[in-house]
Amino acid sequence: MLRQPLCRALALSSPARAVPLASRSYSNPVPAEPEKVEVFINDKPVYVAPGTTVLQAAAQVGVEIPRFCYHERLAVAGNCRMCLVEVERSPKPVAACAMPVMKGMRVKTDSDLTRKAREGVMEFLLVNHPLDCPICDQGGECDLQDQSMAFGSDRSRFTDVHFSGKRAVEDKDIGPLIKTIMTRCIHCTRCIRFASEVAGVDDFGTTGRGTDMQVGTYVEKMLLSELSGNVIDLCPVGALTSKPYSFAARPWETRRIDSVDVLDPLGSNIVVTTRTNEVLRILPRTNEEINEEWLSDKSRFACDGLKRQRLVTPMMTDSRGNLMPVDWEDAIVAAARALRDCPPNKLLAVAGDMADAESLVALKDLVNRLGSENTCTEQYFPLDGAGIDLRSSYLCNTKIANVEDADFVLLIGTNVRFEAPLLNARIRKAYVHKDTDVALIGPKVDLTYDYMHVGDSASVVKISPRGPEGSALLAYTQELACKLQDKLQDKEWKVLNVLQRTASQVAALDLGYQPGVGKALQDGPKVVYLLGADSGVVSRDQLPKDAFVIYQGHHGDAGAAMADVVLPGAAYTEKRATFVNAEGRAQQTLVAVAPPGMAREDWKIIRALSEVIGERLPYDNLDEVRDRLSEISPALVAYGDVQENNYFAQARALAQSLQKPVSGKLDVQLKHLEDFFMTDTISRASPTMAKCIQAVLKQKDSPY
Amino acid sequence: MLSSLRTGIKGLWRVPARSLQTSSVLQHDSLFVHRDTPEDNVNTPFEFSEANKKRIDALLAIYPEGHKRGAMIPILDLAQRQNGGWLPLSAMHKVAEILNLPRMRVYEVATFYTMFIRRPVGKYHLQVCTTTPCWLRGSDAILKAIVEDTKCEVGGNSPCGKFSVSEVECLGACVNAPMLQVNDDYYEDLTVEDTKEIIAKFKKDEKPVPGPRSGRYASEPLGGLTSLTEPPTGPGFGVQDCFKA
Repeated sequence: MLRQPLCRALALSSPARAVPLASRSYSNPVPAEPEKVEVFINDKPVYVAPGTTVLQAAAQVGVEIPRFCYHERLAVAGNCRMCLVEVERSPKPVAACAMPVMKGMRVKTDSDLTRKAREGVMEFLLVNHPLDCPICDQGGECDLQDQSMAFGSDRSRFTDVHFSGKRAVEDKDIGPLIKTIMTRCIHCTRCIRFASEVAGVDDFGTTGRGTDMQVGTYVEKMLLSELSGNVIDLCPVGALTSKPYSFAARPWETRRIDSVDVLDPLGSNIVVTTRTNEVLRILPRTNEEINEEWLSDKSRFACDGLKRQRLVTPMMTDSRGNLMPVDWEDAIVAAARALRDCPPNKLLAVAGDMADAESLVALKDLVNRLGSENTCTEQYFPLDGAGIDLRSSYLCNTKIANVEDADFVLLIGTNVRFEAPLLNARIRKAYVHKDTDVALIGPKVDLTYDYMHVGDSASVVKISPRGPEGSALLAYTQELACKLQDKLQDKEWKVLNVLQRTASQVAALDLGYQPGVGKALQDGPKVVYLLGADSGVVSRDQLPKDAFVIYQGHHGDAGAAMADVVLPGAAYTEKRATFVNAEGRAQQTLVAVAPPGMAREDWKIIRALSEVIGERLPYDNLDEVRDRLSEISPALVAYGDVQENNYFAQARALAQSLQKPVSGKLDVQLKHLEDFFMTDTISRASPTMAKCIQAVLKQKDSPY
Repeated sequence: MLSSLRTGIKGLWRVPARSLQTSSVLQHDSLFVHRDTPEDNVNTPFEFSEANKKRIDALLAIYPEGHKRGAMIPILDLAQRQNGGWLPLSAMHKVAEILNLPRMRVYEVATFYTMFIRRPVGKYHLQVCTTTPCWLRGSDAILKAIVEDTKCEVGGNSPCGKFSVSEVECLGACVNAPMLQVNDDYYEDLTVEDTKEIIAKFKKDEKPVPGPRSGRYASEPLGGLTSLTEPPTGPGFGVQDCFKA
């Protein structure tokens, strides 16, 4: 909608154009920076680029102009009028958010005229805003509340003697995540702009005009998107609030802990809000490199799954095969005995989706000390050729933020919208604002933007007329990427990106875990140690009858159900732990709440187990574990940083031998929105996510 | 003494609230959300006629590539005319499909403009102007006559289904107030008798002659010109002597 259909039509006329498009130069010579303009904000001079708005210029000198509709990541609307400021030689106050600076402009953000204008705007906004702050969930974090205190009048001229004067708007049902109290809406249209620009679902709009204008969907339709929760943060008033969090707490009662999300591979930065050792909600934390200030719905709302179906006590199977609660001592001893008595080549450790680097390294060290090399992750990744020896073959080398600079994005066998929603938001941003072209090889899915569908046959990837599969697919992709890179002017630009699907995978591969359990399972392991492995890759049917299964994790799911011994671990909100995201950026979660019941931090459990086995692991505290991590790879503890990856040519050389004449269809697991909400143990335990799936299915039956 | 007593009594009578002038809350007579009805729902059949399809192609040709959505209002108008004066939801969907836009963008336009009517209306849609000039000239009586004659409420349809009556804001014919718009025609300078006659004709499906009923041609003064009666003056009129050639 924001793009010109003409260039769409030209760009996507035929599949054959993909390669020439991709090979066009990435960095055109940047035109010389235009001369900066001097403007004065409250007589303070500031030099800004022409085209900057008054509001942005003011922000540069630290003057914050109040605003409701303006948001730096959305298009400028200029309809709330809160940002009115006095500009010298201008007959009336101007809206700072929409006014570009002009040379020598003198802006007064604190003059009488400005203050009077703000007071007037505030008064008009409040005329049609209900005075229900005591029962409003936004109370305490409400822009309208704060700004009416700061800039509003100290007395009211509004006298509603007949209780008939205020506008009232009926509430809308827009799904199980967002509660609407539309009477509170001040028509800033941020939610509409977010839905249309960022989320790519054009379901929101304004209907009617004047006093009858309302924000909504006109027809009975829910706002269903993987990013819909962000409109709650965007709403400056209490019109859109979080349904699961409604009436739960006031912001000043809660503790906020900075953490990292682990429900998708991007490692979005979050703030965990807690009270009385309970996670109340999760909010995004701004990180320009990863999630900007958005968060996907699963990461935001699945936190109620942290309270349900938790493993709170160690368990062992009794004589009848039922899991019964036992003491830590009994469980550890039973697990240690099984591990010690197991022949080294029959011991298998499998790491799941949300295993942290500390527990991964502890488990690997333990298994190695017991003489086994069988440490695997659940997610498959081809091992032939360069395999996981070169970090560049399994990471998002371009980095997430740089996706915005891409001219062409080729997605191979991924539904990036549901595997990494915020990466998809970045691609959409590039698509909308930079006219980036996108092509997809894989099943046809809705990515919220137009793309060229090249087919779902894996053989499309190959340049030479031979077909790939599995490792060969990666080999061909590497080949393609290298060939494209040779054509680029910018030699620093990384072409090959691999998007892992889980938060643990990159750290596990860094630590030397083998991706995929296929081979190890065929050997018929005697003892299987599942570190949060719940995706059903390992099941009882595949194991020998007498196999002993130890499950360590935080949720009673597929893994715990088949275990002989269950060791309750901590979820990501309950431990200080390292996670490495898809681009190879190490980040750490912090302890927001204590693990429930007798659950313990994961690396400590493994450390305790090692003591009982008699193969004591040489670390006693977190710092020592992290020292061990940095021995293996310093990148694992360089928090917040990303290492540059290279050796693409070497990886390609190693993969040369793998060009097998096979072909197959590429498929993705998460095709539709209903597949997105429940993908791991936490979201499977979350009632909110279940409601989301119900809502999506209900929406499918709706005629709208 | 007496004055202080008066003040005291006055004080007794004083209402605690400040004296304020209040007016009734003005709300539009139509809803700005969609409600499914038997006549208007997503399954209401709507398809542009062949003639209108040609018109749509012509309309779309006016707008450059990338700005085809500019044709939305004319196409919506075509849809409304084809559908007997009102715009069903399915027609909006059709327009969205033609313009390749999200449906919400069409809903926004269709609800913004008051000339798009989103409820079924009768064959004759009577729109009575009740804004100040017409009101001063007796639009209330006109409206009352219409409501009595057609037996339909303001904002509703008549039992016979032939008429709909709306109260509208200024239609720009103040000089011929009071006035009434029936579909595309203006009936101006009305009296109650004129109105009744107009409605009687519509009841018989005859079309009364549109325009002023007072015998005027347009908006000229009723009793002949009151100014500009002398012949126009020639060039050089009123110019100072020194400037005359």
